[in-house]
Amino acid sequence: MRLFLPALLFAGAAFAAPVSVTLPGDMGAYPELGQGAPAADAINNNCLGCHSAEMVLTQPRLTPAEWQAEVAKMRNVFKAPVDPADDAAIVAWAVEWSKRLPAE
Amino acid sequence: MIARRHLLGLGLAAVAASARAQTVDLRLPGGPSQRPLSDGYPGKRGMIVQRTAPPLLETPLGAFDTGVITPNDRFFVRWHWPFPTEIDPAAWQLRVDGAVERPQIFSLAALAKLPQNEIVAVNQCAGNARGLFEPRIAGAQWGQGAWGNARWRGVALRHVLDAAGVKAGAVAVRFGGADLPPLEGAPAFLKSLGVDHARDGEVMIATHMNGEPLPLLNGLPLRLVVPGWYSTYWVKMLDRIEVLTAPDDNFWMAKAYLIPDTPGGSVAPGMATFPKRPIGVMVPRALITSIADGDRLPWRERLTLRGIAMGGDAGVARVEVSSDGGNVWRDATLGVDIGRYSFRRFEAALAPVRGSMVLRVRATNANGVVQPLAPIWNPSGYMRGEAETCQVEFV
Repeated sequence: MRLFLPALLFAGAAFAAPVSVTLPGDMGAYPELGQGAPAADAINNNCLGCHSAEMVLTQPRLTPAEWQAEVAKMRNVFKAPVDPADDAAIVAWAVEWSKRLPAE
Repeated sequence: MIARRHLLGLGLAAVAASARAQTVDLRLPGGPSQRPLSDGYPGKRGMIVQRTAPPLLETPLGAFDTGVITPNDRFFVRWHWPFPTEIDPAAWQLRVDGAVERPQIFSLAALAKLPQNEIVAVNQCAGNARGLFEPRIAGAQWGQGAWGNARWRGVALRHVLDAAGVKAGAVAVRFGGADLPPLEGAPAFLKSLGVDHARDGEVMIATHMNGEPLPLLNGLPLRLVVPGWYSTYWVKMLDRIEVLTAPDDNFWMAKAYLIPDTPGGSVAPGMATFPKRPIGVMVPRALITSIADGDRLPWRERLTLRGIAMGGDAGVARVEVSSDGGNVWRDATLGVDIGRYSFRRFEAALAPVRGSMVLRVRATNANGVVQPLAPIWNPSGYMRGEAETCQVEFV
């Protein structure tokens, strides 16, 4: 509460200093899941522009239809430039990721 | 199993390069449950990283156990879109227009000349604890830390609207901030309140949080404070206020942040078709903070449980604790009341038994709304409100 009174008395001055911050820059990529597993290229090319990878990696086990609905929402609602031709490869990677989540 | 853990570690650890080598287990059913803790965000320390960018940072349970006010450097962070990382408060402009007699542009200095007031209020994400819903739901996988309680200082929105002169026929007031979608055509994050709510004298344009200017990550230099309502309305980096003559049909009001129009916002799991309405008032909640779900503790004869409770849009009238999974309930002792929208402390003495104990806690607000024992479920994972369970083992 020490800043409270000065803020009242010198209202303009209290706000004067510009603030500049640096956010963590390391975004990380979606990992390759190994031989024979769907490649991570499509998801890395399409799903890192607007959000970091945890948005996908922290999800619970979703069905293929649920993953496809997420991709469609990103394209249709949030206007992500995801080529529909990449949908299958993105969903395949995410479904494989889901399958590897530890069983409860 | 080793391979799986390795992969998960790769994914989640790589994005938190500046984190301390620490993780937290949020005990989300079915996982993934491990999250890194980070000191790497400006003005923040020891935050649970849910998403690096745009940041979703969760407050660890321990930060709620030290008092009813959540410190600024532990307060949760949630952004939909990228936002400026440089703010010059002296150059900030808040535009007020739409259905008003006198469109205004306020500087912070001009706002500071209007009557200032303070209010202590809980700011809670609509999806707080979404990760604990069962069946699980896609979205930000929050544990119990997407909320906080602060002493907000600023000017009542009403004064700002009065300066502009709301025209007859206005029905809603819409708020926007400096966070903007990176993609052409994507919906800017805009939220609105009914005009009477906006003019109720409680809704505030805050400049300060716990005696300090707002942290940049919590909305410097201005954010809306909507006491008793979910955080989705507490627009950050506020720079636009528009008075509307028709209900707001923008995406974030008409399509997103909708809840079932049922008591407690709950429907049967899996249900997708039902009448909906925009989320609004918060429901009462209580959470044990002195021990965590899943803890193994050395047995002792007596243990004092501590926690926090909130009443939603009314004060906390009562908190009860059960040590048998919800059959027998005893009143907890309530701490000092510092405002109807604030967290309130509770304490209860417990006589532990050796082995597993299923503790539950429920709050009742001043309107008589009591937390249900049955789980809340809706397809967006909003408005969790059932009496929480904390299973611990005394060994």
